[in-house]
Amino acid sequence: MPSADTAEATEVLVRTSEPPKLRVRRRLRELAEHREILTNLVRKELKVRYATSALGVVWSMLNPLLYLAVFGVVFTFFLKSGIPDFPVFLLSGIVAWTLFSTAVGQATTSIVGNANLVSKVAFPREILPLASIGAALVNFAFQLLVLIAFTLVIGHGLGSGLVLLPLAFAVLVVFTTALALLVSAFNVRYRDTQHLVELGLLAWFWLTPIVYPAGTIAKKFAESGWSFDLFLINPLADIVLGFQRALYGASAVGTEGGGFASEGSAILPDPGLAYYALRLGIVGAASLLLLFLSWRFFFNRSGDFAEEL
Amino acid sequence: MAPPVAIAIEGVGKRFNLYAERASSLKERVVRLRRSKAREFWALKDVAYDIQPGRTVGLVGANGSGKTTLLKVIGGIIRPTEGTVTTRGRIAALLELGAGFHPELTGRENVYLNASILGLTRKETDRHFDAIVAFAELEDFIDQQVKYYSSGMFVRLGFAVAVHVDPQILLVDEVLAVGDEGFQRKCIERVKEFQAEGRTIVFVTHAVDLVRRICNEAIMLDHGEVRASGDVDSVISELRTVLLQQHAYYAGEEGTRDLEIVSAEIYDEQGRTGAAFHPGDTIVVQVDLRANTPVENPVISIGLTDANDQFVFGTNTDWRQQRWPVFEGKQRVRFVLKGIPFVEGRYSVTLGAHSRDVSTVYHSLENRFFFDVSRGEENTGAVFIPVEVQVEPL
Repeated sequence: MPSADTAEATEVLVRTSEPPKLRVRRRLRELAEHREILTNLVRKELKVRYATSALGVVWSMLNPLLYLAVFGVVFTFFLKSGIPDFPVFLLSGIVAWTLFSTAVGQATTSIVGNANLVSKVAFPREILPLASIGAALVNFAFQLLVLIAFTLVIGHGLGSGLVLLPLAFAVLVVFTTALALLVSAFNVRYRDTQHLVELGLLAWFWLTPIVYPAGTIAKKFAESGWSFDLFLINPLADIVLGFQRALYGASAVGTEGGGFASEGSAILPDPGLAYYALRLGIVGAASLLLLFLSWRFFFNRSGDFAEEL
Repeated sequence: MAPPVAIAIEGVGKRFNLYAERASSLKERVVRLRRSKAREFWALKDVAYDIQPGRTVGLVGANGSGKTTLLKVIGGIIRPTEGTVTTRGRIAALLELGAGFHPELTGRENVYLNASILGLTRKETDRHFDAIVAFAELEDFIDQQVKYYSSGMFVRLGFAVAVHVDPQILLVDEVLAVGDEGFQRKCIERVKEFQAEGRTIVFVTHAVDLVRRICNEAIMLDHGEVRASGDVDSVISELRTVLLQQHAYYAGEEGTRDLEIVSAEIYDEQGRTGAAFHPGDTIVVQVDLRANTPVENPVISIGLTDANDQFVFGTNTDWRQQRWPVFEGKQRVRFVLKGIPFVEGRYSVTLGAHSRDVSTVYHSLENRFFFDVSRGEENTGAVFIPVEVQVEPL
């Protein structure tokens, strides 16, 4: 009997009772080898979501357009926000938030929802939450396009703050991935994690300066003698601020009779780019650490996913 | 020097914790602070076996004997609790056909998705695509959504992708048993090609004849332990024995006992009991009966079942023109089975005494008695045919 092709590098796998140690570089290589599953799963997720709809992928653009229309009308005519070009302000936060919340929300059920796959096929389990993030990223790209187009159309313009965008985006992705890995692994053992995540995200949304301007909060904190840094412990606040600084800019001040912004005070807490870059740097570093920890947690648990489903 | 083994299984054990009620939610976890005690269950115990490259190994055993668990451990889907499994070479585990198939996607899209999950690259899938579609015989439907496929089409497509993965080690779980006969033959052909290409195959199956046909060796698991391994024939005969013993354990007994089977014996023409029979031998099944009250028109019946629980033969006194208008006292009935047509295996005997219309069962003993047939050197196959070989010079 001829032996298996020996010219090919033989892949030797050893499985023991010891939970394997996460070796980041090696695992990244394994993930890279399986990247086709990832792209195929992302494609599937998008396809399935839009396949049966007549408008298809246009839906992901309609979402921010709807935000623009509704919030634009409500906060420009009914409730004066006091924020100039409010739709741009709102959307620059919303795109970041939507990426985070849909990715984390979808990732939570990604392992449990693919129980069939997990219990029958061996592949790096990280692929599943990563696919949720991938699908959210595609939507994010469309929404960002809508936002940028709108910004240019209404003449709000894009400033030098745009250089912050890649950094803010990178930090957002790292933080989102860290959280997605954590909750998806957690949900395998405790199935009500998904409900907690839902509730948590709702609260988190309102604790993050998306609808209301951080500048006002900073002012309120200063008035009562608290450090604004406390508010910024919420990493999403820093990230969203980065997006707002990048896409909305720091020059705007509150207009007369505004609901959210006090007249004449800045919408964003600080005009300088360095301030945001520093905040993003700190959050980015912390997110990388969190990513490592939650990845290790996920990796350790993932060997048992097939049994727990 | 011997080539390195393809799969080395060393002292593998797998423990599952069965929780009567395990906190499956955070809420419960908080409310019920004490952990509920888990019952331990060893699905695999100290399993050791080396599989050389290029061998085809059948993994057999009763339901729940740990076959699939072992396959999953080899495939890296679950982790062993003890011991080590070392595999050399790219591995593909086919535990399910069409893993990841989504009904909303077209056949084409599902092929690419499924292939990537099974470890094929896009390029490889491109190369095999036409062959996959042709194998599945779905040329006209490949761009239709899978939700419009019949279950047969679905399975064929899943299998077509599966047989085009290009592993050095292939793990297969029962999936060969799909599709119509023509398709099955095609699948087995494909497995034979794999063998010819020197790939290592491990497959779980209940089909004993399939193991005979395509395996070089076999492993039999019994309650998670290796009960027999190596030579296919000896493993299968051990499997048959165990399956029958398990049946015997569950052997049923029922009836009104108006007419009771007091005892029964199985012996050969010379009156010897307990010996193994040979194909073509005569077997006597002797049944002693006692009527506890006079019974009108009873029928005594006999049935034979093979190790796969397949009913293979039955007859009764009525059909054989032996009747009792009234059955009183004790009687002895002998079924003389002339020339048993079995080649090999353990057969169990079910005896019954019932009314002629079978509305009343007086007494039945299910799978209570056994006999073994050993094929000897001169026979093989499923049924025995008396043979005479004639030779003459020409």
